[in-house]
Amino acid sequence: MKRKMIKKIMGFGTAMLVAGMLAGCSTAKTASKGNAAGKTIKIGVNMELSGAAAGYGNSQKQGIQMAVDQINKNGGINVDGKKKKVSLIIRDNKTSTSTSASVAAQLVNKDKVNAIVGPATTNAGTAQIPNITKAAVPSVSPSATDPNYTLQKSGKVQPYVFRACYQNNFQGSTAAKFAYTNLKAKRVAVLADNSSDYGTGLAKAFKKAYKGKIAASQYFQEGDKDFNAILTSFKNKKIDAIYAPGYYSEIGLIVKQARQAGINVPIIGSDGMADPKLAQIAGNENATNVYYTTPFSTRVANQNGTAKKFMKAFKEQYNEEAPTFSALAYDSVYMIKKAIENEKSADSAKIAEGLTKIKNFDGVTGKITIDSKHNANKPIVVETLSNGKVSAATEIK
Amino acid sequence: MQIFFQQVINGLSLGSIYALLALGYTMVYGIIKLINFAHGDIYMLGAFWGYYVINVWHFNFMLALLSAMVVCGICGVIIEYLAYRPLRHSPRITALITAIGVSFFLENGMAYLFGSNARDFPQVVKQVNYDIGGVRISNIQLEILITSCVLMLILQLIIKRTKMGRAMRAVSVDNAAAELVGVDLNRTISFTFALGSSMAGAAGVMIGLYYNSIDPLMGLTPGIKAFVAAVVGGIGSVPGASLGGFLIGLLETLVQSIGLSAYKDAVVYVVLIVILLIRPMGIFGKNVKEKV
Amino acid sequence: MNVLKANFKYNLCWFIIMITGFYLMNTLIMVGMIDSFIENMLVTIWINIILAVGLNLIIGFAGQFSLGHAGFMAIGAYTTAIITQKTVSIGGFYVSFIVGMIIAVVAALIVGIPTLRLRGDYLAIATMGAAEIIRIIINNMKITNGPAGMFNIPQFATWPIVYVIMCITTIITVNFINSRGGRVIKSVREDEIAAEAMGINTTKWKLAAFVLGAVTAAIAGSLHASYLQTIAPNDFGIMESISILIIVVLGGVGSVTGTFLAAVVLGILDTVLQDFGTLRMVIYAAALVLLMVFKPSGLLGTWEFSIRRLFNHIKRRSV
Repeated sequence: MKRKMIKKIMGFGTAMLVAGMLAGCSTAKTASKGNAAGKTIKIGVNMELSGAAAGYGNSQKQGIQMAVDQINKNGGINVDGKKKKVSLIIRDNKTSTSTSASVAAQLVNKDKVNAIVGPATTNAGTAQIPNITKAAVPSVSPSATDPNYTLQKSGKVQPYVFRACYQNNFQGSTAAKFAYTNLKAKRVAVLADNSSDYGTGLAKAFKKAYKGKIAASQYFQEGDKDFNAILTSFKNKKIDAIYAPGYYSEIGLIVKQARQAGINVPIIGSDGMADPKLAQIAGNENATNVYYTTPFSTRVANQNGTAKKFMKAFKEQYNEEAPTFSALAYDSVYMIKKAIENEKSADSAKIAEGLTKIKNFDGVTGKITIDSKHNANKPIVVETLSNGKVSAATEIK
Repeated sequence: MQIFFQQVINGLSLGSIYALLALGYTMVYGIIKLINFAHGDIYMLGAFWGYYVINVWHFNFMLALLSAMVVCGICGVIIEYLAYRPLRHSPRITALITAIGVSFFLENGMAYLFGSNARDFPQVVKQVNYDIGGVRISNIQLEILITSCVLMLILQLIIKRTKMGRAMRAVSVDNAAAELVGVDLNRTISFTFALGSSMAGAAGVMIGLYYNSIDPLMGLTPGIKAFVAAVVGGIGSVPGASLGGFLIGLLETLVQSIGLSAYKDAVVYVVLIVILLIRPMGIFGKNVKEKV
Repeated sequence: MNVLKANFKYNLCWFIIMITGFYLMNTLIMVGMIDSFIENMLVTIWINIILAVGLNLIIGFAGQFSLGHAGFMAIGAYTTAIITQKTVSIGGFYVSFIVGMIIAVVAALIVGIPTLRLRGDYLAIATMGAAEIIRIIINNMKITNGPAGMFNIPQFATWPIVYVIMCITTIITVNFINSRGGRVIKSVREDEIAAEAMGINTTKWKLAAFVLGAVTAAIAGSLHASYLQTIAPNDFGIMESISILIIVVLGGVGSVTGTFLAAVVLGILDTVLQDFGTLRMVIYAAALVLLMVFKPSGLLGTWEFSIRRLFNHIKRRSV
């Protein structure tokens, strides 16, 4: 009996030792040094085309497609004197982190893209970082909003990660300022989307920056349709406004049900609401006294030549009003074009450098400057909805 | 006090939908011991059908509701025939996996054909709010409540008073014995699926009208909660399913009203586990001893 | 003594196969045939194998229909993420492994003891509910960063580590299945009442299988977190549990070889069908239903690849 036990333990021990040796010994690693440009400039798209974020992903795909079509119609991107056309390689990451990592690996290694646009969500975005960093290919995300997305753990910036949108702290604190200063709201109830970092990040930033009292704080999930219970609970809390960061499909319902419940205080939101479908879902009479922070205001757009052209072209090509996501994706592509033109090279490592130097870039979503943390600094606007239509736009400095 | 009654109204409205869905679950489980995962998706199909006929063929609400019930009933029968009937004598795991497969197929099929974005259901019945002592209730909420109760009564009548209903009860107790006394098993099971699915279809159209928003994944979570409601009320019992539905609706509203909205789904799962431990036969169920 | 010596021959064969696989992979990477994309695909397949083998133990061999595997995976993943962010060292990584396993054991006991006395369908829904409860709690905790998930997790799970751990967990699971404990579990699966009448403490053994499965899921979760360096609560929902279930069912509930085969097939299929978008899921769903209706035992049924049989076959041939 005893000898059997000893033999078993020894066998196990040897196995562990060998395992340890194999695991510890230096083994081959996969890596590369950046992708050089060929006859065409390859832009990869790592996008959520199916799964939970498919709606936003497909809107962004439309924006990207339109941008590339326009660029190619004009002959392509000017790389140090020669004009090269852009070829798009679009892959679906299924709103899944592991697929996003796999897609990124495919794009940088198999397809040898020079830059990547996407993904739309922060989680899919962070999943691709190791692979694109190893391959030295930069990515511009149109809508990843977590403040730490572009940063490493040490606080240093990720060399190959950029974004074209606001990060949550900026947008959330702007809303807080607006609520307190412009709307004079002293007590606010917060109703945030708990299924992604967008809603919770904005709510956190709002609560931190808001100078008044947070009367109540509740959450909902993406896909929820019934907010009556939560709204009824807000009614006897004497609130001056509701801050509801989330996306238009749920916020539209919240606005509708709030007004029907007799809650007529201002409802403030974020750029996830900036979509004509919001008024459709809420009902025009209900979409009154509604505010949201946004980079891309149709009102401001009418003064902004670039945006006006974009909106017109989008309407012609796709027969619908351009949502914010498409505008951000469109800008992402043009930012890459600017980076290439500035660096006079379409090598992926050079594009990364070029992106860091973008200053006052005339984008659809505003004048964009990439700061030291690779975030897009641009003016922010608060739009007002009355009867379903944008009635005012206040620029917040 | 007003707030309390308002929340009760909210809870009952939510609960009537869960009750309608729970009826389908309870009947199907009672008769072939299968959790029809696809039930929530038939509810979604009903909502989309209603959306389609109202927008394209300009049906009025009643016609949309009745046609949705018929269409969903047919869908239920087709699904049973293709996916569940061949597996009637297979192990439970196989049947359950097939049910999951059918559910996936419906959800992703609709997402593929119509996009995963939410669509607005047309407001065919104009909403009128009544204010009774500070408590607000809309005509649509009343309609849903009344329609649900009427459908439940009709269902109970069918089960207790008709020949088919008697056959259903017989099959759910002992299907071998039922066959021996001349019950046509296939017809009875198909009929059960048709009934349950038509209830789900009705619920779908009413929810479309109530929230004005439908999407391909709308059946997933309500489906699971309705199943929990059926278990709470007693699987196999129609009044149990109705009661269970209202209870779950009220519970969900309660949880949200006290500020724990982040956990509203978790609470329903906790209720499920607790009820399976303390009283697995549910409120109205009967404790059947297993004979070896 | 003789038995051990006899077994030793087969165990040695398996050992050699595994080491060969390791060096094959290493060479292919050095030569450049395997780039980071294929490495990614392979590591994902290996992590899925760890998950599926654990689930196969619970469903296939113990006959307990658990739909909550993703919950235990989440526990392992988040433990590793939280601990390695505080102690950035390979030691910290291994410690997180152990802590993850311990928490998974505790969670499995809490979930298993009340629910394992339920049958079939009820057990499925109860375990699914338990996994969802775990996920919702993680979604609302401060330390897990909520829905934003955790990223910039230091990468300690390189492909050699994942490969070695996959081999170890498979060996342990298969040895358990072929031991006395495994036979007890199979008897419980076949006829629980008869087994109980024979004096077997069915609850204890069902719990043992459940806990072992949960531990392997936690290990897989830790590896997932450390390899991918990004995790979020939505990665561990009902869909994830069902994906693993599909691997187990496709390969054959009750066949470990089948699980390996199915994981590889599905991993490759996933990549090949990537551009199909939502249609891919429709194809999967339809294939699943067809598979269940026409070949419910899966690709390999309960057939196992066994070196012993191979040797016997060769011996018989040469006689």
